[in-house]
Amino acid sequence: MNYFQIIQLAAPETIVVVTVLAVLAMDLIALRGRSVEQRFNAGALVSIIGCLLAALVAMARHESFNLMNGLLVVDPQTDFLKVVLLILTIFTVLISVSGKFTEHVGEYLSLVLLATIGLMFLVSSEDILMIFISLEMASLSLYILTAFNKRNARSSEAALKYFLFGGMSAAFLLFGLSLIYGLSGSTNLSEIATGLAGKGLDPLLLVAIVTTVIGFGFKVAAVPFHLWAPDAYEGAPTPSAAFIASGSKVASFFILAKIMTFGFAGVEGSAVWHGYVSGWMPVIAIVAALSMVLGNLTAIVQTSVKRLLAYSAIAHAGYMLLGVLANTPASLSGLLFYVITYALTVLGAFGVVTVVEAATGGDAIRNFAGLSRRAPLMSLCLLVFLLSLGGIPPLAGFIGKFFLFSAVVGADADHLGLLWLVILAIVMSAVSFYYYLQVLKQAYVLDAAAGAPDIKVPPATLFALVLLALLVILLGCAPGLLTQFL
Amino acid sequence: MLAWTIYISFIGVLVLMLLPRDDARAARIVALLTAIASCVVAFVGAIQQANPGEVTTIVKVPWIPSIGASYYLAADGISLVLVVLTGLAAVTGILFSWNIEKRTKEFFAFYLALIGGVYGVFLSFDVLLLFVFYELTIIPKYFLIARWGSTRKEYGAMKLALYSFVGSHLVLIGLIAAWVVARAQTGHASLDLLELSKISFPLGFQHWVFPLVFIGFGILAGLWPFHTWAPTGHVAAPTAGSMLLAGVVMKLGAYGCLRVAMVLFPEGVRMWQNEIALLAVIGIVYGAGVALVQKDFKFVIGYSSVSHMGFVLLGLATLNSIGLSGAVLQMFSHGIIAGLLFAVVGRMVYDRTHTRDFNDLQTMQLGKLLPFAGVTFVLAGVASMGLPGFSGFVAELQVLMGAWQVFPKSTILAGVGIVVGVAYILRAWQKAFYSDAVVPAKSGHDHPLEPISMPERIGAVILLAATLVIGIFPGLLLNWIQPCLNSPLSMFARLLNGGPQ
Repeated sequence: MNYFQIIQLAAPETIVVVTVLAVLAMDLIALRGRSVEQRFNAGALVSIIGCLLAALVAMARHESFNLMNGLLVVDPQTDFLKVVLLILTIFTVLISVSGKFTEHVGEYLSLVLLATIGLMFLVSSEDILMIFISLEMASLSLYILTAFNKRNARSSEAALKYFLFGGMSAAFLLFGLSLIYGLSGSTNLSEIATGLAGKGLDPLLLVAIVTTVIGFGFKVAAVPFHLWAPDAYEGAPTPSAAFIASGSKVASFFILAKIMTFGFAGVEGSAVWHGYVSGWMPVIAIVAALSMVLGNLTAIVQTSVKRLLAYSAIAHAGYMLLGVLANTPASLSGLLFYVITYALTVLGAFGVVTVVEAATGGDAIRNFAGLSRRAPLMSLCLLVFLLSLGGIPPLAGFIGKFFLFSAVVGADADHLGLLWLVILAIVMSAVSFYYYLQVLKQAYVLDAAAGAPDIKVPPATLFALVLLALLVILLGCAPGLLTQFL
Repeated sequence: MLAWTIYISFIGVLVLMLLPRDDARAARIVALLTAIASCVVAFVGAIQQANPGEVTTIVKVPWIPSIGASYYLAADGISLVLVVLTGLAAVTGILFSWNIEKRTKEFFAFYLALIGGVYGVFLSFDVLLLFVFYELTIIPKYFLIARWGSTRKEYGAMKLALYSFVGSHLVLIGLIAAWVVARAQTGHASLDLLELSKISFPLGFQHWVFPLVFIGFGILAGLWPFHTWAPTGHVAAPTAGSMLLAGVVMKLGAYGCLRVAMVLFPEGVRMWQNEIALLAVIGIVYGAGVALVQKDFKFVIGYSSVSHMGFVLLGLATLNSIGLSGAVLQMFSHGIIAGLLFAVVGRMVYDRTHTRDFNDLQTMQLGKLLPFAGVTFVLAGVASMGLPGFSGFVAELQVLMGAWQVFPKSTILAGVGIVVGVAYILRAWQKAFYSDAVVPAKSGHDHPLEPISMPERIGAVILLAATLVIGIFPGLLLNWIQPCLNSPLSMFARLLNGGPQ
């Protein structure tokens, strides 16, 4: 194994690294003195070309390879997830170009790409050390992206909060992982499972499970580790928040499911009704139930759309944790379908918020009043995104819920033992419909203040939003297009 | 062919979206042509169907193979009845919305989306597909009421949307559980209604899952005590909105109860038969009683809908052929009659007088000012009371005959409901149109009321003709309904014959 082969295996990541350097260099050297808009357009173009190239490379190869005992795992599934992450990055860049939150264009775009690289390495590692390193690489970029609006004190506050909470969660995660290493003598996930086999539920292992769940609970913003999320979403520049809610969610959930199902195989325990057995499943069940209930109930009273989306993200994390918990092949593919379609949808929703914020100066719910007349096409996109988040068929969000929930119930088909969690999830998703409808009510029912001009949506953003809306509809009507890869 | 009812409606939505922003006339014409086209397709398709007793497949292609869902549209006699009803309601609703000037294009786009969803529910024989269309109707309903409604429209709209959503989520829980149990039993995943209807779910499972799904659908059918969305929703809605709510949307709920809840869980129905009948009868008497004391004209009709839908539910609970066929006929009959009543109250009266309060209407002598409205209301009222010669008579008579065999006491109570029904119609009739209260000489209110327009006349005549034709020749519809119920091979066979097969 020489370096050339390693680079070949990591070709998509390498291409993105080269793109980062190109974007930085171009912005600092060639585009000096140009307007922010021009620099943003040029930088975005290069970033998008780089991401597309990387996605093509990842899509074109069909090999499976496991480098150095799980440090870098290349197989069709991880390659597909990398393509998804790259597509999400492209959309994030597209909704960023109209942003007026920074003049450090090169740095902004390269940080988005660096975060993507971290996430790409994250999905293709089966080694806890590598998982931790790539997770931190992505997180550090995201902290800076949150702080990127230097003129806004809330942005710095949000970033500090995110950073402190994130740092603490990293410490928890590292503590848990080190215990696991101590118990099993390996950093590779499947070897950990062999090492742990037969030892039963050691108290030390229980601590390791809990701290690992805490660490990832922070990353996916699950209750009670969610406190950073609303502030970070609200204070961060909207495209950064969109990326935190989309790309980082996809990768974190994938790796969480991998750690739990591979690493902790054998100490699942059980969360079925009247059949509780301690292990990692009950821990996840509690976190999931709390997230669904608290996220949805708190979202009802929000007046800022970004905070509303943050609490709804917490609730959705709760639904997705059910997919981790069910621990069957069907539930894993249901989880991936859900998290990917969720990421696309929430990116779109944040994209609309970006435009409305730029045009009206705020993201309060009342700023959306009369949107259907001020920007008809964009508000149609918003309708699609929010209804999909609310789970209205035939949009992707509904099919995702059906896949996920039916897989969770199906995990214990004989006694329907997990039905209680699904009932909770479905009841709570009925609650969620109320607050999504509050936003849509502003857009479609109420009128804008007299004389409010039409909103000019930047063409690149509108293109991205329409494309995302079409994807959400398409994946709802023909989910087979996505499920074949999962 | 019948599938085109759905496609035409959604094509209409697209065409409307592409029209220029403020061209109200073009929007109306496009909407009317779309509705007429889909209505014609519905009639021709229904008449062409050779054997209404059998489920005739229209289209069946795999949709999501991994969970066994297919895009499966089909029709049997019961679907045909409701599809024809939807066609009639769609056309007349547009005729009675001819005066919508505010955002006409959006109004009709939501309207046609709702109609398309309704056609879809009645034609789906895949449970997931049916559910998709069922939920698809919630959004247009909400916007139609919240945007174009009157009295407390945002409250009424949100209440309706949340009730519908909660109801459909109860259904979703039941469906997911049933899907899992069926898959464990047969070894392969299926959401095909005909396949699922052959599976015997465990009794303990049916015992809890049936009420869940039945109530989930029943909420939309106005099942007491979950009916409270209905009066507020009907009152808040614009005329066409209330016509559709009462005319077809409540039927979606009742149809779901019959086609999904009862067909899948026949033992569950038997366990809960008496409770359903009790709730239905309470709905009949309570709805009628409350309608009797309303001050607002539209609330009278709103509560009367709860009362009449009670007959549908009572008919379903009888579990005999005559009761069920009465229930289906009552769905059709109430759809037509309630549509007509709401048209009179909302369009002919309220849009002209801007009041629905009986105290104000009493002083207006509307019987003389708007003779056409008066006569239409008299005829619609007579039909609503269930006088022979109108469709309501045949339907309610069948329901009562069916119910008499199973629950005689409840049947007597339901009869009381009919008597009260006569009373509230007479009261509304007298207060709104033919009051002999002395007209106070008010100077400010002497501008003449706009005469009844041509679209309104055509709409009223179509609906009156429908209820009369079915009243005189009920066989036209019963020939579609009864073969479906009586055929030993039909999906209802387990339901009617009693005992596990």
